[in-house]
Amino acid sequence: MESAVNHAMIAEHELQHDVPLEFATEDGSLRVLGFWVFLAAEVVLFSCLFATYIIMHGMTAGGPTSKQLYDVKGFAWETFFLLTSSFTCGIATFEMRRGNKKGVIAWLLVTIAFGLGFLGFEIQEFVADVHAGATMQRSGFLTAFFTLVGTHGAHVSMGILWMTSVVIQIARRGIDSMTSRKMFIVSLYWHFLDVVWIFIFTAVYLTGKVI
Amino acid sequence: MAQSSAELHKKPSPQNHHHETFPWKHIVGYIISLVLTALAFGTALRLHLSTTMTLTIIVFLAVLQMLVQLFMFMHLTERIHGDTFQKIFIYTGVFFAAVVVVGTIWVMTFKSAVS
Repeated sequence: MESAVNHAMIAEHELQHDVPLEFATEDGSLRVLGFWVFLAAEVVLFSCLFATYIIMHGMTAGGPTSKQLYDVKGFAWETFFLLTSSFTCGIATFEMRRGNKKGVIAWLLVTIAFGLGFLGFEIQEFVADVHAGATMQRSGFLTAFFTLVGTHGAHVSMGILWMTSVVIQIARRGIDSMTSRKMFIVSLYWHFLDVVWIFIFTAVYLTGKVI
Repeated sequence: MAQSSAELHKKPSPQNHHHETFPWKHIVGYIISLVLTALAFGTALRLHLSTTMTLTIIVFLAVLQMLVQLFMFMHLTERIHGDTFQKIFIYTGVFFAAVVVVGTIWVMTFKSAVS
């Protein structure tokens, strides 16, 4: 309780001095730094999944190959939705720094909507794959594919739940040094997921259409 | 929460952190990302270059787009209290990722010699 009051006081103080609120307290600043450590660990996690996928790519065991399986229209839409959501999430951070509570909430909701759109396309793609007999247990290639892309999809799902909770907190508490820090961190997570997707559409989908 | 207001007063003021009225940086970043994505799709699906050439180009475009996200959307270099540590962490992560991926591909090129 006391810390919430303290946060609000610091928020007032720092707003006058034009410091982004999420860095206004030592606590907030350290938590943002800590999140970069987490992201570095996530980079290593995904690199292992990418390495596995690249090696397993040709091991189709007589099942469908990536060229037969990947649908350009589907992954093009997924790419567009996730990239756009990363952009709208950036706008939400921009609005937060202007102290525009309604703007933050609106742009975060747009971001969530694009995130859900992305997930919709991805689920559709996975369902279509499975109906075509391309299940996770069919071949080494498909195991690696569903593990890599599925892990990313799970992160996106998690991000949507997380972002929703941040929207609720901002709606209830307004923008203070705590909610702004939470919003900034969830936005880092969201941009990071788009970075991972850049490498998925490059190394998995586009490469899978070439070789 | 041992934050005294005296401590806060001592903090350095940010470098030129004026309020912008329009998110130019984000819009430029978004447009660059869209262009890089379109170029990657075009190179892989329309241009029929050699496989090595195609892969080199699209990986290069992906790295460029990652940099756009990091610097234009994720504010990697604008921390008020110095961005040295977060850069060290993320660059270390990226280094290990590159070693894992490139190292794996390199090692597995020997599989025909072993089997």
